[in-house]
Parts: sequence; structure tokens; C-alpha cells
Amino acid sequence: MSDDTPARLSRRALLARAAAVGAGAIIPIDLLRGPIAEARAQGARPLADAPETLTQNEAATLEAVCARLIPTDANGPGATEARAARYIDRALGGALSASRDAYRANLAALDTFARASKGAAFDQISVADQDTVLRDVEAGIPAGFTPGAAAFFNLVLAHTLEGTFSDPYYGGNADFVGWDLLGYPGVRLAVSGGEQRMDRKPARVRRSAYDHAMFAKKRPARARNDARRPHKPFA
Amino acid sequence: MHGGRTSRSREPIVATELKKRDVVIIGLGAAGGVAALPLARAGLDVVGLEAGTWLNVDDFAPDELSNNVRGWPQAVQKANREIPTQRPTASSPYSPRLAVHPTMNGVGGTTLHYWGQSWRLNPWDFKVMSETRRRYGASRIPRGSTVEDWPFGLDELEPYYDVVEREIGVSGKAGNISGRIDRGGNIFEGPRRREYPMPALRGTEFTEIMAGAARKLGWHAFPGPAAIASETYDGRAACAYHGFCARGGCHIRAKSSTAVTTIPKAQQTKRLEVVTEATVTRLDVDGNGRVSGVTYLKGGTEYFQPASVVLLASYTYENVRLLLLSRSSAYPNGLSNNHGQVGRHYFSHCQTAAVTALFPRDLNNWYGLPAQGVAVDNWADDNFDHAGLDFIGGGNLWVYSDRRPIAAANMNTFGRVPRWGSAWKAFVRENADRWNTAYLQKTTLPYEDNYLDLDPEVKDPLGMPVIRMTADYKENEHRIAAFIQDRMTEWYTAAGAVTVQRAPVGTMAPSTHAYGGTRMGDNVETNVVDRWGFSHEAPNLGILGASVMGTSGARNPTLTAQALAWRTADYLVKNWRNLS
Repeated sequence: MSDDTPARLSRRALLARAAAVGAGAIIPIDLLRGPIAEARAQGARPLADAPETLTQNEAATLEAVCARLIPTDANGPGATEARAARYIDRALGGALSASRDAYRANLAALDTFARASKGAAFDQISVADQDTVLRDVEAGIPAGFTPGAAAFFNLVLAHTLEGTFSDPYYGGNADFVGWDLLGYPGVRLAVSGGEQRMDRKPARVRRSAYDHAMFAKKRPARARNDARRPHKPFA
Repeated sequence: MHGGRTSRSREPIVATELKKRDVVIIGLGAAGGVAALPLARAGLDVVGLEAGTWLNVDDFAPDELSNNVRGWPQAVQKANREIPTQRPTASSPYSPRLAVHPTMNGVGGTTLHYWGQSWRLNPWDFKVMSETRRRYGASRIPRGSTVEDWPFGLDELEPYYDVVEREIGVSGKAGNISGRIDRGGNIFEGPRRREYPMPALRGTEFTEIMAGAARKLGWHAFPGPAAIASETYDGRAACAYHGFCARGGCHIRAKSSTAVTTIPKAQQTKRLEVVTEATVTRLDVDGNGRVSGVTYLKGGTEYFQPASVVLLASYTYENVRLLLLSRSSAYPNGLSNNHGQVGRHYFSHCQTAAVTALFPRDLNNWYGLPAQGVAVDNWADDNFDHAGLDFIGGGNLWVYSDRRPIAAANMNTFGRVPRWGSAWKAFVRENADRWNTAYLQKTTLPYEDNYLDLDPEVKDPLGMPVIRMTADYKENEHRIAAFIQDRMTEWYTAAGAVTVQRAPVGTMAPSTHAYGGTRMGDNVETNVVDRWGFSHEAPNLGILGASVMGTSGARNPTLTAQALAWRTADYLVKNWRNLS
């Protein structure tokens, strides 16, 4: 994907329709024939789930940010395919709930800045413009962010890396695309001396830690309404 | 009700008074969890109060997000409500507080998820003052340092190192057995009576390459000691090298945490009762200035646990805090603080100023553990001539195999690419498995103006002040750091690294290697506990942990804290009539 690619297909429309259908509901045929099919035909990412924590607009903006932080390009899938934004959305309702307000305020600030500097919402501008905007945010240049643009950039970058490279159990690193990008051979419960040699890499294991029976019972919570053991670092 | 107790709150609190015990231990972690065993074996009636809960093998999933990013969410985390505030000097602004406390709560404490490196200190570490004077002159003691010799030498502690290495299970290779040097181990270590109970953890191809490079430089490379079973030991499995040991509990009990070693052994004697989720709020004192027991909260109820002897083993920050919070007419400035020494001589180990190298090929460091590595001790302590140098002490160089994906993606990019975008992605795709960061532990000294006290404003949810750390590294630490970074750069370069990057020293922060605050020594004016670990002021109060240590050495403190804990407990058993 070169930097002068036209703006990606609007995520807002797709997400709005997904929400209208409802998470987990059967997707109507016409939707499959419509924008999703087009999007797939053009190599865009699959339709996201309706957001669990963020609003439609926030989720669309976040999807667009993640897509630029770890782009889909000649080196393969990126944060989009890993579904890093889904990870963040879920976690903001659970373990990362302390950051929910920061996302609310600063995704809005990002859109405001994109409109002011590039004339449209962040997810509507070209990827080249998106990169310019993000570089400015990283450098702490635009006002209107809380506590500051650079701090928000660092927060989203950290969470995007978590969403791309953490155990798929949490909703990101879908199909292990993050681990494949790094060449990480996967979670093993025991490793032999031969598997620590440099000359031959161990075979890739595609398994979540929580696919192992001994850890299945005590899976940590993933989101707000997760019935599993609550995350309680400060309990 | 207990007569000498005064309540903190306006309303008198009616605590439930429990049956008097021989010994109450505050904190069942690295130190308290070890001390329980000799006491219970001697037949004393012991109760251990632990803020956390029991954790089991099925709590320890190989999950980087949970273990390394989100700060150990598996357990009750009292510590996270008490994170110290920090500032470099008394006149500087406060630094940001850490997001997560460096240690954790749970039966076994931080030994549940620590790296397990289990070094003995070198002989010099006990004699920094006298050895520096003898070899280089008194002027070489850094200005403002309050360093003292320990009240005894390595030879006094050796039997206790030996017993702890066997009771918990330490793997390693001896370098000096009764004066006979074995080049397979650390040739700079002091004499030990015998070999480690288990062979060292295995090396990897990468650590072998690093060992070869060290030898090419004329340095001595050897495997480090670890409280991790390298073979079946005491019915526990050998290490599986799966890569989730750093801040991860062991799913097969190979890590020799006190939770799976000394604490269950003590329970088997039927003389140790473990009370979990117990938050100690104060140590109580009678009219004679003796400790009468401990007040704690559990499940919304306040209890008073009377005891003949109290052992305070809650880690450096909480040891100091509980003493300072335990004010009474006999100790108006805090328990055992009538000489103003509680909180003094504080320092946290200089482990910053790391060196990261980039290699031209994949290292396959995806598995292993921080304790699976190779050490060089040539530049530690006084193992080299300091005559032409402008510092004392040095650092231990440690290179190991350990890598997980989120950390790999957060790798140092050596200034070659931005932190994100396609260029970054291409860089990490190529280099995620080509970098290595050395662990460089360096001599850190106590100074007059580095100390712990109670924060005047910040309180925990119970309304009790948290610890305030006023401390920073001084010139000696900065000079060691630069010198050690030079040595590490030489080592990586000799092993074929294409580039290295040095991290800054930064400022001193709350740490898993926190020393002092209740220093051990013969001089009542400058130390809180005597040479046996008992208070100079309150004779039936013992203090356990690295808070009694007056020097850091250049290596992990846990085994030394455990050997000292066993020694204090052993002394208590042998002198029960006098102390109780």
C-alpha cells in the first residue's frame, strides 16, 4: 500500500450496519453482497464486530489509527488483520477501563485536529494525510488532547502493540498474524535444548495459553461483562 | 483487651484478641517463608500473616499480557495500594509514581514470579569500608556515603547460604570449594563448603557463543546460580524453559519459591499456621518497650495477635513503613526508631544503564528464562584493580535467553526507524529475534541524603501514609555504570554484534532490589538491628529481608536475605529463653 492510496472505504458505514444487525446475529444476505464483498474484493479488512465499549465513530477512528501504526503492506498483515482495535475496545470495558475517558476525549480531539488540518474526519482522509496527522500527534504538536497529544499517541501505540502481539485469547493477534510477523514460534509448556538452537527454529505452535486444559478454568476476564474471574490488581 | 495498645482512630477499636503465639511472622515471602521452617522444626508455635492468597500451578498461565504488561493480576495486591512516592532529593519535585508495585503479595511473595537468580555475595561486599581503606586509602570512600562493614564476614554467613541452597533447591556450579578454585563456576566467589545441590541450568547456543566471546577477551564466563530445579528435586519437576518465568509463576513448581519449598515443609510439622489476606496495620508495644503482638485486618475484622516474638518480614518499604506507623509512648517516632535510623541507609540496586545489542542473525531467544544465562564477574566488586579508577565497586555482567512477543515488538530500534509504520514493521520483522539486552547489576552505596520516610500527604485506602523515597544515584554509581557499559559493549562486539545502544542511568526508583532502612550493625547509633537481626531497642523484634543489608554487591539479594533470615531464626531458637 503506497502512501497516495485514496482514502479507505468508510468504516463508519460498515460499523453502523454491523451494529444495526447486532453482534452475533445472522448477517443478511444483502449485506454480504454489499460493501463487505466490495471491501474484501479490494483487499480491505474483514468487517469488524460491533464495538463493545467504544461508540461507532470512536471505533472507526481507532481502526484507522491502528491501521497506520502497524500497516497492512508488502510485509503482510498488520494491526487491522490482527484486530488490535477489537482488543482495545474490549479491554477498555475491562482491564483498561481506566483509559476509557482518555480514548473518548482524545479520539474526538484527533478527529477535530484532522478536520482542521486535513479537512475531514481522521478515517476519511488519505493514508498519507493520516500519517502526517499521527506524526504531529506523536510529536505533541496539536492542542486539545488530554493530558497531551504525545501521551495519547504513546497510549494508543502501546495498546495497539498489545492487541497485535498478545495471546489471541484477548481478541487481538487474530489468526496469530502478530506472532507470525515476528517469527515467534508460539506458546509451549516445555522447550527442549534442541528447540533453543540457533540453526533451526522450532515449528510454529498456534495455540492460546488458555487452550491448554490446565489454564482453562482460571482464564482472566476480557471485558466488562465477562463472567470469568475479574481482573483485580487493586482489590 | 491488651493494655498498651492505643487506637489510631477517634473511636476506640475493639479488636478481636487471639490466643498468644510464640512467634508471629509478618509476611510469608522470600525471607519470612524461609524463617518459618527452622522455627517450626524447633517446635515453636508459629503463625504467618500474609497479605495475599495461595496461588497454584493453574494460576500461572504462559500469558505475557497478564504477567508482564498488566502487573500480575492473578493475586490480591495489597502492595499496589501502597506504591511509594519518589523524588531524587529533598528539594526536587516528585517523580511520577510507579503504576505497579515492584513486589507482590501471595504466599511465597515475590519468589512466586521472581527470576530466581540466587547468588551468594562475594567476600568484598561484607568489607567495603575496611577493604577500600586497606587497598586504596580512606579517601576513596565516596563523599557522603554512610557505608559500613557488615558486622561479620562471608564466612559467618556461609553455613546459612549452604542450608538455604539445599532447603529451597538451588542449581549452579561452584567456583570455590573450601579454597579450591573450579573454573567451571565463579572463580571470584568466596569459599563454600560443597557443590550446589543441583547442576546449573543448561545453556543455549546463544549463551555458548557469548561465553566463547568472553573467553576470547580473557574473561571468565560461567553459568549463574538459580533457585530453579535443573533436575527433579524434593519431588518437584525440572525446569521446562518455556519462556514465561520473568514475572511468571511456575506451572510445574520448578521455581524454588518458598510457596513450594520451605512453607509447605514448615506446615508439615503442624507448627506453622498460615493466615492469608491479613493486612498488618501496626506492631504493638507493652509498657516495657517490648513488642506485645501485631494488629491486622482480615475480612473487615480487626484482630490483635499477641506473640512472644515478632519477626517483621514484609519487604524493605513495608518493613520501614510499619515501624514508622507503630508509634507508642516508648517509641514516639516509630518502633525501634529512638536513634532515628529507621528509613536511613536506603538504596535500590543500580540495574539501569543497560546495554542492548543487535546481531546480524536470529538468536532464537524465544524460550528460556532470565536465569538461563552466562555471567562475567571480572568487573564486579573489587575483582579488578581500582588504583587508576575514580570509583569503587563494579558490576556483574549477565546475558540470558528470554524473549516474548510484546516485548520483542517493543524492541529498541537503534535510531534506524520510527516507532511505527511500514518502516518499523519491516525492521521488527527482520530483527525481532536479533537483539539482546544484558542485565547489569552494579554496586550501589548508601548515602546520608538517600532515605525513606512517611509521605506527608499520600495515603493508602486505609488512611495510612505510604512510603516516600528520597534517593538518587551519586557520582560513584554513575562512574560504575559508564565503566560497565564499556565492558558490556566490548563483550557484545566480541560476540559479533553489529551495533549496541546504551540506556541512561536514570534516577533511583522503587525496586525489587531495595536495601537498607533497618540496617544491621553493631553500632546502635547507625543501625536498627544487631548482628543477629534483632532490634537494638525492642529486644523481641526481629527484622528479615534486604532492609537489614548495608551493601548491595553486584548481584541479586534474595539468597542473602534468605540466609540472613534463616540465621536470625536459628539464633532465636537457640536463645529462646532470653529473647521471648
